[in-house]
Amino acid sequence: MDDITDGLTEVSCDILVIGGGTAGPMAAYKAKRRNPQARVVLLEKANVKRSGAIAMGMDGLNNAVVPGYATPEQYTKEITIANDGICDQAPVFKYASRCFDIIQELDSFGIRFQKTENGDYDVKKVHHLGTYVLPMPNGDTVKRALYRQLRREQILISNRYMATRLLTGRDGEIAGAIAVNTRTAEFLVLRAKAVILCAGAAGRLGLPQSGYLWGTYENATNSGDGYAMAYHAGAGLANLECYQINPLIKDYNGPACAYVAGPFGAYTTNSEGRRFIECDYWSGQMMQEFYSELQSGKGPVFLKLNHLHSDTIGKIEAILHTVERPSRGRFHENRGTDYRERMVEMHISEIGFCSGHSASGVFVDEFARTTVTGLYAAGDMASVPHNYMLGAFTNGAVAGEHAAEFAAGRDLPDYDPSDVEQERARVLAPTRRDDGIPPNQIEYKARRMVNDYLQPPKVTAKMKLGQERLAEVREDLEGAMVARDAHELLRSLEVASILDCADMAAAASLFRTESRWGLYHYRVDHPEKNDADWFCHSILRKQDGRMMLEKRPVAPYIVPIEDEERSAYDRQRIRESA
Amino acid sequence: MIASASAKAPNEEARLPIAYTPTTLPVVVDEAKCIADKGCTVCVDVCPLDVLRISDLTGKAYMKYDECWYCMPCETDCPTGAVTVNIPYLLR
Ligand SMILES: Cc1cc2nc3c(=O)[nH]c(=O)nc-3n(C[C@H](O)[C@H](O)[C@H](O)COP(=O)(O)OP(=O)(O)OC[C@H]3O[C@@H](n4cnc5c(N)ncnc54)[C@H](O)[C@@H]3O)c2cc1C
Ligand code: SF4
Ligand code: SF4
Repeated sequence: MDDITDGLTEVSCDILVIGGGTAGPMAAYKAKRRNPQARVVLLEKANVKRSGAIAMGMDGLNNAVVPGYATPEQYTKEITIANDGICDQAPVFKYASRCFDIIQELDSFGIRFQKTENGDYDVKKVHHLGTYVLPMPNGDTVKRALYRQLRREQILISNRYMATRLLTGRDGEIAGAIAVNTRTAEFLVLRAKAVILCAGAAGRLGLPQSGYLWGTYENATNSGDGYAMAYHAGAGLANLECYQINPLIKDYNGPACAYVAGPFGAYTTNSEGRRFIECDYWSGQMMQEFYSELQSGKGPVFLKLNHLHSDTIGKIEAILHTVERPSRGRFHENRGTDYRERMVEMHISEIGFCSGHSASGVFVDEFARTTVTGLYAAGDMASVPHNYMLGAFTNGAVAGEHAAEFAAGRDLPDYDPSDVEQERARVLAPTRRDDGIPPNQIEYKARRMVNDYLQPPKVTAKMKLGQERLAEVREDLEGAMVARDAHELLRSLEVASILDCADMAAAASLFRTESRWGLYHYRVDHPEKNDADWFCHSILRKQDGRMMLEKRPVAPYIVPIEDEERSAYDRQRIRESA
Repeated sequence: MIASASAKAPNEEARLPIAYTPTTLPVVVDEAKCIADKGCTVCVDVCPLDVLRISDLTGKAYMKYDECWYCMPCETDCPTGAVTVNIPYLLR
């Protein structure tokens, strides 16, 4: 295993799904259900059985719109406000209207959701305004349940293949993708009538404070390949300056998690043990307050549980130490932290791209269509804000169904064979060198530059310097990176995506000359929100080989927002007198 | 930048040589319990980061690359309980 082998195979399918984490399996499943005759391929860099954000399951749905608790209108309103108004509501409303069906479908797969004694769904309030958090008592079984459905529908699964570039036809429409086997370096050319990108967040963009490249909030397989592929295929990417930054357990860099512990009575405090934010729901505005408190004399920030009854804490531990990020318990044990006695020290994460928790990503409409014909995107990498897990499932379903219908009426497009040759040369370049710089060093340096120059507070002169430093790293990557086996080649391909994402983060952040979304896009030299000039999306794309940015109007709201409602998320800090 | 082979001066064969820097591995396999020699590859199959391998030398599973998300499928899915995931040292 891991020896570099020369080889290239071509296969054809109707619908190709890239990424078998959360959105991907649902997209493949729904495409096949919509058109049972279709050949559906699910391509995964790791192994679909245990891949993506939900590799070890999930403790609950963070954004369930359940009848009786909330309406699609209320949810759409909350998400619009939480995103400072920069939100195309149609895809959010579509999600909100469909997600309850998906909950019931997941239920039929064997995934249970917490119910009250009356048999109603037991939804909890964590958001600023509405009630949307639904616990999953057997959340550890999510992956297994999905996998069973994929087998039943005879989806063709290709594990350990990393997609590296999309193929387009004569008119720029989608024609398939190129992938590399992560253990042999053999190439796979996949021709397809429609492609659905579900490659997750850009989780390896900033460097965690621990300095450990893999100590990320996101599943570290998610190196931003989806963003890079979409970019190189000419698709538009929206609002990339709206970073993802999360409040996490310091050093462990995983969620504490206020969404689980909050409904049991836990809350975020400063070092004096006092609350300073109204609401623990993650938003840029909340992160701004978190950051300010960390920087103030009242830092650091903690999650406080030690006032709770020991049995209650036992219940919280039973969830936090078995699903999602189960090594949390071990981390606390090493440091002698018992939730009963000590508060848990929190910190803010490195930056990333992820619509799952913020708002940036490959631009999609309410059918999950990108701006490239035949190319769809869903989950953390698509631009629908605050997707979370249920958004990945629901929008994955939307993408799968639409792509199945689109593909049915279409011939297999031709691609240009020289594109494959060019990609082979790019991919294999690090294997043609006898010595050079290994990918882990290039990655470390690129990600440190991201921290030093791109993370908020954003300073114009610093970001421009950062662009120069990143360009130097790119020279090293293109001219001197060396990969000695197929595994190192996988890492070297990931670094290329990381660098593409870093370039996009810098360009998008410099483009928007205002501050918005709290900490996510806090520009020190443009500190105010400027609705007159910037109440719009920023769209980044590749044109004639260069990165360009333009404004795109926010689509007219379908759920109106009153003026006095608009600023609800700006009022996160607890009043001094309270 | 690396010079192309023809442009290399004779004494410049290795201009960017690579070192082996030691690192502690977070994941430990109990070789007495591991049944990889009977054909098991479960931990290698499920690891999202693809960092586990079966050793040609011992016929047992081991961590080959220190690139771990401390996520635990390897430990959870191992049929014999041979795998222990520790928190990587840098963030312990
Ligand atoms: C630690 C953590 C806790 C969370 N907790 C909650 C919660 O409690 N509730 C909630 O609702 N949401 C939660 N979320 C968010 C939610 O899990 C995600 O929004 C959702 O799962 C994202 O789904 P996805 O399909 O976009 O990405 P993923 O599930 O991450 O899947 C992406 C997949 O793409 C694959 N891939 C990447 N690049 C390539 C490539 N080049 N070629 C082929 N395959 C590729 C990856 O291996 C991966 O399997 C949490 C997320 C994290 C990280
Ligand atoms: S899963 Fe367990 S028994 Fe199987 S190879 Fe890995 S360590 Fe050995
Ligand atoms: S903890 Fe996760 S990343 Fe680390 S070896 Fe196990 S499965 Fe792989």
